[in-house]
Amino acid sequence: MTTVNLWIDGKNVTARQGMTVMEAAEEAGIRIPHLCYHPLLEKTGACRLCVVEIEGARALQSSCTVPVAEGMRVHTMTQRVINARKTVLELLLANHPTECLTCEKAGDCALQDYAYEYNVRSDVYPGKKKEYPLEDNNPFFTRDHNKCIVCGRCIRMCADIQGQYAIDYAYRGFSTRVLTAYDESLVDSPCVFCGNCISVCPVGALTPKWERGKGRKWQYEKVRSVCPYCGVGCQIYLHVKDSKVIGVSAADGPANRGLLCVKGRFGQDFLEHPDRLTKPLIRVDGRFVEAEWEEALSLVAEKLSAIRDKYGPDALGFLSSAKVTNEENYLMQKLARAVFGTNNVDHCARLCHASSVAGLAASFGSGAMTNSIEEIENADVIFVIGSNTKEAHPVIGTYITRAISKGARLIVADPRKTDLAACADVHLQHLPGSDVALLNAMMHVILRDRLHNEDFIRNRTEGFTELKEMLEEYSPEVAEGITGVPADKMEIAARIFATAKKGTILYSMGITQHTTGTDNVMSIANLAMLTGHIGRESTGVNPLRGQNNVQGACDMGALPNVFPGYQRVDDPTARGKFEKAWGRALPDKVGLTVVEMMNAARAGQIRGMFIMGENPMVSDPDISHVKESLEQLEFLVVLDIFPTETAQLAHVVLPAAAYAEKEGTFTNTERRVQRIYRAVPPPGQARPDWLVLCQIAKAAGYEMDYDSPADILAEVATLTPSYGGISYERLDGEGLQWPCPDPGHPGTRYLHKDKFTRGLGRFYPVAFKEPAEWPDKDYPLILSTGRVLYHYHTGSMSRRARALDELVPGGYVEIHPKTAEALGIADGQMVRVETRRGWVDTKARVTDTVSQRVIFMPFHFAEAAANVLTNPALDPVAKIPELKVCAARVTLAGKGDAQ
Amino acid sequence: MSQPQTINLDAVREILSRHKDTKGALITVLQEIQEAYGYLPRPALSEVSAAMGVPLSKIFGVVTFYAQFHLKPRGKHVIRVCLGTACHVRGGERMLEKVGEILGIGPGETTDDQKFTLERVACLGACGLAPALMIGDQTYGRLTGKRVEELIKQYREN
Ligand code: SF4
Ligand code: SF4
Ligand code: SF4
Ligand code: FES
Ligand code: FES
Repeated sequence: MTTVNLWIDGKNVTARQGMTVMEAAEEAGIRIPHLCYHPLLEKTGACRLCVVEIEGARALQSSCTVPVAEGMRVHTMTQRVINARKTVLELLLANHPTECLTCEKAGDCALQDYAYEYNVRSDVYPGKKKEYPLEDNNPFFTRDHNKCIVCGRCIRMCADIQGQYAIDYAYRGFSTRVLTAYDESLVDSPCVFCGNCISVCPVGALTPKWERGKGRKWQYEKVRSVCPYCGVGCQIYLHVKDSKVIGVSAADGPANRGLLCVKGRFGQDFLEHPDRLTKPLIRVDGRFVEAEWEEALSLVAEKLSAIRDKYGPDALGFLSSAKVTNEENYLMQKLARAVFGTNNVDHCARLCHASSVAGLAASFGSGAMTNSIEEIENADVIFVIGSNTKEAHPVIGTYITRAISKGARLIVADPRKTDLAACADVHLQHLPGSDVALLNAMMHVILRDRLHNEDFIRNRTEGFTELKEMLEEYSPEVAEGITGVPADKMEIAARIFATAKKGTILYSMGITQHTTGTDNVMSIANLAMLTGHIGRESTGVNPLRGQNNVQGACDMGALPNVFPGYQRVDDPTARGKFEKAWGRALPDKVGLTVVEMMNAARAGQIRGMFIMGENPMVSDPDISHVKESLEQLEFLVVLDIFPTETAQLAHVVLPAAAYAEKEGTFTNTERRVQRIYRAVPPPGQARPDWLVLCQIAKAAGYEMDYDSPADILAEVATLTPSYGGISYERLDGEGLQWPCPDPGHPGTRYLHKDKFTRGLGRFYPVAFKEPAEWPDKDYPLILSTGRVLYHYHTGSMSRRARALDELVPGGYVEIHPKTAEALGIADGQMVRVETRRGWVDTKARVTDTVSQRVIFMPFHFAEAAANVLTNPALDPVAKIPELKVCAARVTLAGKGDAQ
Repeated sequence: MSQPQTINLDAVREILSRHKDTKGALITVLQEIQEAYGYLPRPALSEVSAAMGVPLSKIFGVVTFYAQFHLKPRGKHVIRVCLGTACHVRGGERMLEKVGEILGIGPGETTDDQKFTLERVACLGACGLAPALMIGDQTYGRLTGKRVEELIKQYREN
């Protein structure tokens, strides 16, 4: 890197070639005022506030666009510069409303600060004021065109960083405004309400509604945290005033770099929702009665112990949670194993990525995302399969969009025409459940055309010959018959991926939630190894984890077959280590998974359950069956922040603290352990889950004493090699990516660098198998399920966030226009969706997002619960249910239809 | 909200087929569309956006930036009332009000029968005749309320 020496205000400054004068000054600690410049955005040099004098140049130069040059002499504060800046500010203030008294942004407004600093009054030029009405036609934020200084930052954020192009300059001169096309509501524009425009606006033109009037910058404290809504793990600041969270802003976390999505920015008001549980509840004669903690805790300990003593430890089942912290997951599995003596502990990763854990562990030896989020931006080919990234992992979606604008090519395999598919160079719209055939055909083409990476295969893998043989029968023509994708499209996709320099694969539940989930995952691993796109920067096999701590919950051993760090319960050495540490004999039999526990409950084999932070009554397949199972239990205790559909069935309900009310760590999808901090106290008598777990253990006669979650993580580190070097002292700021085996280790950005975790990567040839249920005469359509941008999981949080609920209040089913026509269904009508397990009535959304044979339902809505319909058939290895495919039919619902 | 418009887009497609791969051809495309349709119909702009890969928000920005483009159909006769300095002092504003009153529309609007569009302009270069207005490409000066009435009557009839 070439360095450049220059003088700024007489100070000798060394800068890098290509830097601007403003950047060089900033690094040297010299602040230059600016309005249109923002470090995340393209520079436009529009506002001229940042002017400086450069010796040898006649006119003043805008320092945000002028590059540094050797020997340059810059003066940032001459009288001439000051006068020019004053004029810029005077002109802006001439038509800026002076409403600082009531403006949300007062105290945090660049214009206000500069006016103060340069002593500029608003009445120097008697300018016309703008008199536009406040733009207030969406649930999330308002735009005040009168306060807007048309700096264009929001436009550049929306276009270049977020990739939505919802807004732009319109009209001219004094009338110039930032508008959507046709000045329509943002709701009708491509806007996704990420609110990232708000965070770059230098003035008070953009205001989140839920924060309005609650407090201004000098009144609140900012507490760092991690968004609880998905596995991306964006860092946020919670704005705290009078022990309440009154606002949110984006922090510069490694996964999000100052960006957020709609849920992160506008969805945190669930914390204050009146439904929050505040006291323990005990069911007496069918009704919940408030109780004291002591009473509730001893009842729980007593009942669970009694069931264990009477029927044996395996009559108990424990559901941990991908929403709570690592420390809490660790304690939950410790409670199940050490205190109550059973390996029946699992959580809803079973329902999303159990097949990733199983498949990738088999192929590579480690079941996590191989590479890091920010590496995506530098890949030259991105292959996304079975992931609606822009909605389910919105901030990761922006990395893909930015990679595309840098020239990367995108291949999307998805049965639906998602927004992401619309940006793709090739969209393979295959039938749900035909992934293996699709992937095999791509590999067939790669081998046939000799585009495979021979060196990589020879040096780093085993099992290639078997794969090669198996692939012979998967010509694209054969696969076309199975997948419904034209053969030539698969050919093109295969060649693009194989010839990439840095090809990366991202996938999610479209791959994993199948009876062939493990097969699908191993197929993806095969493709990555065949082309050598793994073990390097910006390549790899990257399962995008759904919930905020699903990676951590797995790492902590909230799984029936492994202790923390994936150490097997049936391995005597591992067991010995944990027995010693925990001071109890531990069970050696692998426990039951989520769906198996429900079956066992129905069969009367499981009699008591402890469910923490999960809502199987909405999330699990075949809900009617789940309900019957839970109702059979002699004792059910639920620890949660809301009275969920599952809590309604409990005997004891315990109120938990939410993420903002406790300390702990979450591990995001890229294996990054990040800290959360206590920002506000829990409501009423709610307690952090970790404390409750300790107290139950104690009441059951097992000493579980920790001063704080930091202590718990310290214990985890001694027992879990990949977390060995992780401690609270090291986690402030960026966090650490495991494996991080010792305190001096910097963490691991990408896995399998020179060697796979298991040594050689293993090709497992997998043949295509049909899903458990395929359309037939009675149920001619394929029902698939998934998420929407505005909601999260079972909706217990997002549906209690006011603005999210206002925009998307209920469920629907997507039906292709041709299919709808054939069935006589119009957009917006109420229809009945039926499968072999049950039916739900919901609104039809007629759209060509789905293909003719496929219908799609989001699963967040309890009153139109997609999971009444889904098939609990399991993948034989990972025991993940087939949530993505089942056979269904649609009819018009009743007579009183529509709206 | 988009009003349902049934518009034959063949001309748009033809125009696009000639220009869509040329960089910087947006303005030309818009001009040709306006020539073909008399204004820029919304479905045409959506088509342009999809074919040329230019976001609709950007197209809207360009269209509203240049005075030559029109998003709404325009009347058979475009009346431009001058509000330049000379006309302003001599009652231009009153003339504008008068025209608006007679036609029942404001500046920038078109009558329901598509006969008249009313616009305001800065200076017609006929300051000696202030207050002035133009109908089509004909300039009329030294206006009075009565004269305005007569003129509109006259144009309405043909
Ligand atoms: S909220 Fe996001 S998508 Fe919407 S205008 Fe702002 S930056 Fe664009
Ligand atoms: S809304 Fe804010 S960021 Fe956008 S142009 Fe106006 S002042 Fe700049
Ligand atoms: S992308 Fe995920 S983690 Fe980030 S703000 Fe959105 S929901 Fe939260
Ligand atoms: S900050 Fe440099 S021109 Fe606006
Ligand atoms: S001011 Fe009206 S014609 Fe010049």
